[in-house]
Amino acid sequence: MSAFLSYLLNGLAVGCAIALIASGLVTIHRVTGVVNFAQGTFAVVAGLCTSSLLGLGFPHGLSELAAVLAAAVAGLLTGLAAIGKRGTTPLASLIVTLGVGVLAYAVEIVLWGDQPRSAPGLAGSVTVAGAHIQTQHLLVIGVTAATFVLLALFFGRTYLGKALTACASNPYAARVVGIDVRRMGLLAFALGGLLGGIAGVLVTPLRPISFDTDVTLIVNGFAAAVFGALTRPVIALFGALLLGVAETMAAGYGYGSHQLEVALGLMIIVMIVQAGRRSAISEETV
Amino acid sequence: MIEVQDLVVSYGTATALDHLTLTVGEGEMVALLGPNGAGKSTLANTLAGIIAPASGTVRIGGRLALIPEGRQLFPDLSVADNLALGGWRSGLRDPSSVYELLPRLAELAGRRAGVLSGGEQQMVAFGRAMMSRPEVLVVDELSLGLAPGVTADLAAHLAELNRSQGLAVLLIEQNARLAFELCSRAYVLESGRLVTEGACAELADDPRVAAAYLGGAVT
Repeated sequence: MSAFLSYLLNGLAVGCAIALIASGLVTIHRVTGVVNFAQGTFAVVAGLCTSSLLGLGFPHGLSELAAVLAAAVAGLLTGLAAIGKRGTTPLASLIVTLGVGVLAYAVEIVLWGDQPRSAPGLAGSVTVAGAHIQTQHLLVIGVTAATFVLLALFFGRTYLGKALTACASNPYAARVVGIDVRRMGLLAFALGGLLGGIAGVLVTPLRPISFDTDVTLIVNGFAAAVFGALTRPVIALFGALLLGVAETMAAGYGYGSHQLEVALGLMIIVMIVQAGRRSAISEETV
Repeated sequence: MIEVQDLVVSYGTATALDHLTLTVGEGEMVALLGPNGAGKSTLANTLAGIIAPASGTVRIGGRLALIPEGRQLFPDLSVADNLALGGWRSGLRDPSSVYELLPRLAELAGRRAGVLSGGEQQMVAFGRAMMSRPEVLVVDELSLGLAPGVTADLAAHLAELNRSQGLAVLLIEQNARLAFELCSRAYVLESGRLVTEGACAELADDPRVAAAYLGGAVT
């Protein structure tokens, strides 16, 4: 029983990291209609930055903050490449984000090499009802919860957040009232970078990050985002938690090498179900 | 307020507006009539800066707001949020001046715009446009899909704003009766070209206009 609870709690932490990646995907897709396949890259950039900054002797907190900001800049640059030119279709932008992801490999290998890097996080563990959970996992859960609350407040309460929602709701009407939809799209990309960056700095102490870790991150994040039809952040969060728990259970009960397959399998099932319901995949990305 | 000179707008190889020249003076209410596909909405979008002209000039002499065809609200946002976003350009965030003008909107403030009736939605679109404190208002199909009573109510508000604040209006309409009632001058657009223009009183007597837009001679 305690093993089950342990897998459940650790799975929730893994799910939270996936949820942050997914929320970035959803934010960008809602505002721009673009599926951003460079989303995992933002987490990798932030993770590698944290590792370097901590290695250079910068303190915790500052290193993580700087790394998250670097990821936001990476998000903005990706946005400029993907939607900077007027009239680019969402499908063309999607291909550009794939290209940005590949380009990022080259840049990351030049800057950080091809070996995985880690960073120290919160040490120790706590015992909850007989189950051990790493303190870093609790941090992941706490930060993710706070991030989602802040995101909800930003989109629901602030004028800028509402303008972003307006662009998602009716881009033509947004232009009618004078909102620069392209600029809002760039803001969404920066926000997506920020969210990916938060995921990156949280995950790096748990599993070493290398230039190609983005594949695992984007597959999981995309699976969760598709669960929310690429437009509903709360359902994507739920999907991410489910995925995190499913993967951790699979690993815990002896199928550790098949974690990614679990994500891929779930994603395919969800996509087939969503496609049957005339989902985002056919309607909103085209 | 609006000066359009020799305007050409194309979509690929198709020409939507073909050397159009048109003016709306200060405090004037001018109608633009024409059938579907004449290029009326293209002109509205060009005036609002959403479509770029291929050639010709567009001069706007003050703040312009557009009430687009089909209302085009933000369906997921509340009425209050829709109005607040209407003030994006003007910096006006508080909709109370619009609530004074259209008290019904104050009652609907917390409702989602997407669930309102057509008439209520048109009222929100009207209020949202007024949030930008316009000096000239382009109204694309005020009466489309609305009950006559609702249209008359909104038209009365337009006329009142024109009288009291000198708001210039370009009223794009298929309903020529309404247009002639409200406006002093009118243009008639067909296939992207102006076919006739003049004082509404004269146009109403023009047998061609009467046949096409008034369902026969005006009695």
